[in-house]
Amino acid sequence: MNRELKRVTIVALLMFLALFVSTTIIQYVQAENLAADPRNSRTLYESYSVERGPILVDGTPIAFSQPSDDNYKFQRVYANGQLFVPVTGYIPVNGEATGLEASLNDYLSGQSSSQFFDQLNRLISGQDPMGASVEVSIDPVAQQAAWDALGGYTGAVIVTEPATGRVIAMVTKPTFDPNSMAVHDGSQVEATYEGLLADPSDPLFNRATGGDMNPPGSTFKLVVTAAALESGRYTPQSTFPNPATLTLPGTDTVVRNSGGGTCGGGAEVTLADALRLSCNIPMAELGMELGDAAIREQAEKFGFNTEFEIPNATEASTYPRVLDEPQTGLSAFGQGDVRATPLQMAMVSATIANGGIVMNPNLVDAITAPDFTPLQEFSASEFGRAISEQTAAAMVQMMVNGVENGAASNARIDGVSVAGKTGTAENGESDPYTLWFTGFAPADDPQYAITVLVEDGGGLGQEGYGNLIAAPVAKQVLEAVLNK
Amino acid sequence: MTDQRTAGGVSTGTPPGGVRRIRLPQRLRNTELWLLLLASLINIGAILLVQFGTLGHVDTQVALLGVGLAVLAFGLHIAMRFVARDADPFLLPVATVLNGLGIAMIYRIDIADNEAGWESASVRQIVWSAIAIAAAIATILLIRNHRVLFRYTYLSGLVAIVLLLLPLVPGIGREESGARVWIGIGDIATFQPGEIAKIALAVFFAGYLVRNRDSLSMVGKTFLGMRFPRARDLGPLLVVWALSMAVIVFQRDLGTALLYFGLFLVMLYVATSRLSWVVLGLGLFVAGALVASQTLDYVGNRFANWLDPFNPERFDQDFGGSYQLVQGMFGLANGGLIGTGWGQGRPDITPVPQSDYIIASLGEELGLAGIFAILALYVLFVARGFRIGFAGQDDFGKLLGVGLAFVIALQVFIVVGGVTRVIPLTGLTTPFLAAGGSSLVANWIIVALLLRLSDTVRNHPRLVIEG
Repeated sequence: MNRELKRVTIVALLMFLALFVSTTIIQYVQAENLAADPRNSRTLYESYSVERGPILVDGTPIAFSQPSDDNYKFQRVYANGQLFVPVTGYIPVNGEATGLEASLNDYLSGQSSSQFFDQLNRLISGQDPMGASVEVSIDPVAQQAAWDALGGYTGAVIVTEPATGRVIAMVTKPTFDPNSMAVHDGSQVEATYEGLLADPSDPLFNRATGGDMNPPGSTFKLVVTAAALESGRYTPQSTFPNPATLTLPGTDTVVRNSGGGTCGGGAEVTLADALRLSCNIPMAELGMELGDAAIREQAEKFGFNTEFEIPNATEASTYPRVLDEPQTGLSAFGQGDVRATPLQMAMVSATIANGGIVMNPNLVDAITAPDFTPLQEFSASEFGRAISEQTAAAMVQMMVNGVENGAASNARIDGVSVAGKTGTAENGESDPYTLWFTGFAPADDPQYAITVLVEDGGGLGQEGYGNLIAAPVAKQVLEAVLNK
Repeated sequence: MTDQRTAGGVSTGTPPGGVRRIRLPQRLRNTELWLLLLASLINIGAILLVQFGTLGHVDTQVALLGVGLAVLAFGLHIAMRFVARDADPFLLPVATVLNGLGIAMIYRIDIADNEAGWESASVRQIVWSAIAIAAAIATILLIRNHRVLFRYTYLSGLVAIVLLLLPLVPGIGREESGARVWIGIGDIATFQPGEIAKIALAVFFAGYLVRNRDSLSMVGKTFLGMRFPRARDLGPLLVVWALSMAVIVFQRDLGTALLYFGLFLVMLYVATSRLSWVVLGLGLFVAGALVASQTLDYVGNRFANWLDPFNPERFDQDFGGSYQLVQGMFGLANGGLIGTGWGQGRPDITPVPQSDYIIASLGEELGLAGIFAILALYVLFVARGFRIGFAGQDDFGKLLGVGLAFVIALQVFIVVGGVTRVIPLTGLTTPFLAAGGSSLVANWIIVALLLRLSDTVRNHPRLVIEG
């Protein structure tokens, strides 16, 4: 019997040996792979064991972590969340983070390579690990002014510094409270998210940098005018035929100027007047003469068809790849398949204000380790030159005229020279218009570039237009920031 | 250690011819006492660490319950000082520390789930542990000589069958997570009679095989170098096989079937020393399992999960998917080499972290080091059981000791192997650790029987002398 017993003993030992091996494989050999599996929620919880760094506006936290006594060690809190959500975004316990919470997650969570020694140091010295803080370029006064000025409209306001590309204000409406997405109950987060997703007003869109992209309408005339001047074949005084209607070649599409009739008086109209009065027919004529390639080239120099990371992901504004002649005519006044974000149109205005150089837009000033050593300082960077200084100067003049005695008159500010361009874009036969204003001030020493987007015709359907709705919003914001 | 009674003997007052009656200082019991003290300290320490790790303060009430458990274990120890002085000194401390670590982990998961009081799994586990140890004390007091059990061979067989059939009886049978292996009255006292049945089966197998080993081992035709049994001797094997298949089909419990059948095969092999039985039996079982995996959904799922757990389709499947298996592995991986520490991991993410998956929970918080320690404790426990087999003088006792020790080893292998993907996952309790009253009672009775057997082994000369 003992011989059999020995064998059974060996079998039992082999069974245990198999368990020693299998646990070693899982807990040691495969441990990293298992931790990296996206379905591994433990890895997520692990990320909450680090005190996530705050996001600061002018030194005041708009997102910060406070100790939590539930399964997660920290609760993320967004101060004045609705106002800042297009900047901060949110980080949920399940699902994807957005905004800076996503784009600077490595720094905020203390996992970036530049923080390695800092974290090691904290580990050795017995301090809890902590993420870096992020100081954003947002100006609280400008942000609040933009929020107030936009009122109850569906839309967005973005303010940038023309010389640096720093984003001073970024507001989108309607919006939501990111704190509702930061609760630690996963099913509640899901329910909230589903609710926001199903909301017909699309509060999840950041309309300043993306969302359900709008046609830029007449604000795109800035790009076409720039392309014309850059071609060397046109000046602001170049003239175009001035009919009351224009049927696009080979189609039944009839182009009209806003308000009907001709563009001002006379049989011919100058480019400067066409832009100042925002006439569609001369622009369509100009666009077809330039051709889609020239317009596209100019648009892309301004940043169209590029996804900027500010460092938050943004959607690229688009000028379509190939257009036939009538489509090119439509695109010349920002219709057809042209789409733009307020961020992009602000870049167009800022470029004109900045002597023709496109600055990369940027939301972040500095990233600082918990021990106050700077990890990264952001300096202004150029995207490239879009137009010559002469073209820029000429366009500044035309845009100033547009505000002083043209289609953008409601942006006028006493004692300050404002440059601007309105837009009123059609979305469909009977859909409400999309209303725009883009510009900068002061025109002689540009400090702020601004773009206002109002969707749904500002509640007025097809009765609303850019100068009525969007220009006053811009004026209110510019007044607030200029009076600081 | 067998020479302990002569080494260091005390010779005062020795009546002629009755030398063996003199009680030496109870060295084995003293060893046991110290080990038991160590085990109790580990257990109370674990509960305190859980409280520090989760609550941040000490809750004396629960800690006192842990002390109460230690007192009961010492009760068993004291009982042994009177009725089983020469029993193995390792079995009781090992069972105690495993039981305590299990309670600490169940308690830790209760805290994570916000369960407390008499409804919580940990308090119930403590109460069941008390009942189980009391049952062990009763066993060791009642069964003074294991050969009594030999008389009840066929009664044990009958009891095993009845216990197995109980969950299928309408009215008292209960189904949980798909397996119909529970009984209960109303909402209270759910019990897995199959756990007790494994003891009855071990007794029956030992008795039956000792009686019939000759006919099972001597005759038969030789084929491929192995002597195969006659068709008429295949009866018992076929009966146990049919029983296991019935458990798979009607109770939907793959693990239990594997446990019973594996136990039978090993005891059959030890009794008859015929490898052909093992070959035949394994062939039958594998064939049955293969048929089951093709025809029974739950068995098929288990196999598919085992082979490809990370497949998103298997992971996301609502019922019978690999979610639990994968979460358990995530947990183990999270523990790494040294674990997160008590209360610092996330074992509560895995479904049933306190019963079927308690080993993954412990692996997460105590790490690979902790798992190795726990497995080593099982190895020690099983080795002490096999030792009885080697040292035993009567075949029934040998066979029973081996059977009881092997059933623990096999159960650990089936559960931990299932969790760590050595074999397909089946629902079984991890002996002493997992939440579950019936399992605790059964395993503590096994402790008592092994203690009794080991005591007999060492006392054998005396038994001979005193006739």
